[in-house]
Amino acid sequence: MDTEKEVIISARNVVKKFGERAVLNGITLDIYRGETFVIMGGSGCGKSTFLRHLIGALKPDSGKVSVLGKDLSGLDEDALDAVKKKIGMCFQSAALFDSMTVGENVSLPLREHTKLDRSVIDIVVKMKLEMVGLRGFEDLMPSQLSGGMRKRVGLARAIVMDPEIIFYDEPTAGLDPIVAGVIDKLILDLSKKLSITSVVVTHDMKSVFSIADRVAMLYEGRVLEVGESDTVKNSKNPMVRQFIAGSPDGPIKFFQQKDDYLEQLIK
Amino acid sequence: MKNLIEKIGAVVLITGRHIVSVSALLFETIYWILAGPFKKKMPKPEGTFSQMVFAGFDSLIIVSFVAFFTGIVIAMQSAYQLARFGANIYVAPMVSIGIARELGPVLTALVVAGRVGAAIAAELGTMKVTEQIEALETMAFNPVRYLVVPRFLALLIMLPCLTIFADILGILGGFLVGVFQLGLNPHRYITFSFQFMLFKDFWTGIVKSACFGIIISMIGCYMGLNTKGGAEGVGKSTTLSVVTSFILIILFDVILTGVFYFANK
Repeated sequence: MDTEKEVIISARNVVKKFGERAVLNGITLDIYRGETFVIMGGSGCGKSTFLRHLIGALKPDSGKVSVLGKDLSGLDEDALDAVKKKIGMCFQSAALFDSMTVGENVSLPLREHTKLDRSVIDIVVKMKLEMVGLRGFEDLMPSQLSGGMRKRVGLARAIVMDPEIIFYDEPTAGLDPIVAGVIDKLILDLSKKLSITSVVVTHDMKSVFSIADRVAMLYEGRVLEVGESDTVKNSKNPMVRQFIAGSPDGPIKFFQQKDDYLEQLIK
Repeated sequence: MKNLIEKIGAVVLITGRHIVSVSALLFETIYWILAGPFKKKMPKPEGTFSQMVFAGFDSLIIVSFVAFFTGIVIAMQSAYQLARFGANIYVAPMVSIGIARELGPVLTALVVAGRVGAAIAAELGTMKVTEQIEALETMAFNPVRYLVVPRFLALLIMLPCLTIFADILGILGGFLVGVFQLGLNPHRYITFSFQFMLFKDFWTGIVKSACFGIIISMIGCYMGLNTKGGAEGVGKSTTLSVVTSFILIILFDVILTGVFYFANK
């Protein structure tokens, strides 16, 4: 069945080192057009770093990342910009521009990248803000908004160029359960209504299984398991089970000290 | 001893690396200014204009204040010496040449480095640590083209303008001392002010201030874009940008004064 689907993002053996430490240890993944794909894993497992490779912000030391059929590391700046205009990114901290109003934030890509008329841009901005439930907030500054509202404005900005893929970095982190639920619903709505491919990086288990078509779990820079949402949920792998259950005891160790505790105490 | 040499070596290496990176940023900025219009990728001019208002117009009051009182001080200090020779009238060229060649450009640059350079570093630094720079890149905006170029152009244009303004106010300050305190004839004072002043005295000052504009904008942007580590990092970059700008302004002042002195004797 998988062979019928169009691969929109493919990563082949992606390795990335920061100094001596290898953050990505050879990741191979395919993401298909139209699906909601969730990448989960503990803090420091390399999931955010991997996401930055997919949006062209980082280049792999070895391996290959292709987005929309283009090998990102082989592109010059203009070609890379052309790919970037077809993707949207929702940042963990929303990353709204403080010096601009909500409306200016959302309209920025349109104002700079297109030759659309001011009045057309205003209409598009209203439509996108309506989608995230914030129509009428155009003239507020980002500092006047709550965390959840900022994230929704960030989402409106990410979809303003009608991208083919949206990336979400921890979309529900730091939000209360209701707002988190609203964001999850928005992600689902957008991928169903606009048939956008969504790639979500998160460690919020509730959100994972309510939005994901397929899930990949990363651990120490490798893909531990990848598959349909239900398959992963009922995985036999003890590490995946421990992560989903959130139990402190199991094969994944919380403590990462190198030296022996006793030895260090009496030293 | 070995330790000391190692430390000096490390400092030299780090400084060298920074110099290379700042130069690279400068070349990239100039590249975008020259190539941008042909690639049809210049940011809208509004950004540059608002930076010019912030860097130039909003600095007018503080720059005028500093220049005006410096003019007064130089007039009084030189009168203190010149009075011994009964040569009070030479206060006029002393002030006008001193301000135009040296104090106008340097003091204006130092004030602007403290006001505008620090603001640039703090703003870009905050944008960096809150992922706003990354957001720009993801939306296919080159941060150099979009953020650095307007600030560079604004300071390159506005700092010489501010310097001209400072020159005028400094000379006015000296004039007031000369006329009201030393009892010099206003007409004679003005004649003497400009009789000894060559056009070269004026334009070397303006060239200097353009160089200082480049220094302030480049250091501010470089420190801002390389900020790491949250609020503390922003504070560090801001301080570093002011301190580095001050040092470089004084250093380049010496170099440029030397060049102008020997090149055009």
